[in-house]
Amino acid sequence: MTIDSIKNGIVLDHIEAGKSMEIYRVLELSKLDCSVAIIKNAVSRKVGHKDIIKIDSIIDINIDVLGYIDPGITVNIVRDGEIVEKKNLSLPEQVTGVIACKNPRCITSIEQELPHVFRLTDRKEGIYRCIYCEAKAKAEA
Amino acid sequence: MKDLISITDLSIEELQELIAKAEDIISNPDEYCEKCKRKKLATLFFEPSTRTRLSFESAMLELGGSVIGFSEAASSSSAKGESVADTARTISCYADIIAMRHPKEGAPLVAANAASIPVINAGDGGHNHPTQTLTDLLTIYREKRRFNNLKVGFCGDLKFGRTVHSLIQAMSRYEGNSFVLISPEELRVPGYIKTDVLDKNKLQYKETDNWDDMAELDILYMTRVQRERFFNEADYLRLRDVFILTEDKLTNAKDDLCIMHPLPRVNEIERAVDSDKRACYFKQVLYGKYIRMALILKLLGVE
Repeated sequence: MTIDSIKNGIVLDHIEAGKSMEIYRVLELSKLDCSVAIIKNAVSRKVGHKDIIKIDSIIDINIDVLGYIDPGITVNIVRDGEIVEKKNLSLPEQVTGVIACKNPRCITSIEQELPHVFRLTDRKEGIYRCIYCEAKAKAEA
Repeated sequence: MKDLISITDLSIEELQELIAKAEDIISNPDEYCEKCKRKKLATLFFEPSTRTRLSFESAMLELGGSVIGFSEAASSSSAKGESVADTARTISCYADIIAMRHPKEGAPLVAANAASIPVINAGDGGHNHPTQTLTDLLTIYREKRRFNNLKVGFCGDLKFGRTVHSLIQAMSRYEGNSFVLISPEELRVPGYIKTDVLDKNKLQYKETDNWDDMAELDILYMTRVQRERFFNEADYLRLRDVFILTEDKLTNAKDDLCIMHPLPRVNEIERAVDSDKRACYFKQVLYGKYIRMALILKLLGVE
């Protein structure tokens, strides 16, 4: 299958197979006017199968959210048909508004305007905890 | 340090500094009676707690300061729907320091982020209660003069008892401590305390449902089985009566054993034990006031 290469834009490469739609949703790519290509189950020499998202415009991307969903992603910035920047992601120290605290005893359960903030407490295990009640949310990575 | 939300906010050095200050207050109370003159403590108690609130209030009064506040959510603006952050911002205009108890976990952190004055967590649901842990640590230090190489027994409700979890966490920072965890099967310490605290720090511990280790203990920390934690009254009544400390169980115990309890007690310590010289739980209440005095001074930056 052939997808046109992009001239100026962003390629999210090495997405864990099956996660591209989640990323499409979380980054709100449906709101963009430019072309967006989602490639599922592309063959990868490294991991067997992967997903790829190509965005035909250079937009601001929330790297923390991306890193939380899948720290294995590579973000390639393309200008004039050349990759000018390659970013390897890692689990972010803190994420806001990405994970919802589900602990009914947490203050966020009664104060709706409070941002849901989770902090990485164990990088090896990928464990995030709510900063208010310390309830655990396991990273999906 | 602006606030005290969790006991882990304190480094070992800061903890030692607070203990030293509390000991100095105990030795020279007159020198501290005007330290907080014209300063106000606001006790914001969104759920009732007579003991903790009165301990904070008497601590501030003994420092020469004054106290404002409320003792239940119904008499505060939260009953009208005010957020914790707004309450904290408002109180910052009236007082110099806040002590807050709230039924929801993390509420004092929300208050601390919004307030311009120091906030002390006086208990947030079943989550943190750092001044109880400070009280326990001062008691241990007053009785044992050290925090290391102690064999500590915890008895009763080790599953829901947050004071137990915090004290295990605090004592795990020191070398050579070991723990005997005495409880019925249903009320054992949660798995994360074992994996994240005890195993991680390579501490020795033993889970048991009998008193066989009494003779080796340096400290025995008793806890109450709390009725509100059970859905079933029959389970509560059955478990409540499993471990009751009586005089005869202390026959083989060390002469300098320190018996502690965060109080209030129901029936888990027989009244006859109160007159035993090893019973420290009422002294513990007194130490709670002194450590809160030291904490207020530290957070207000008063020397």
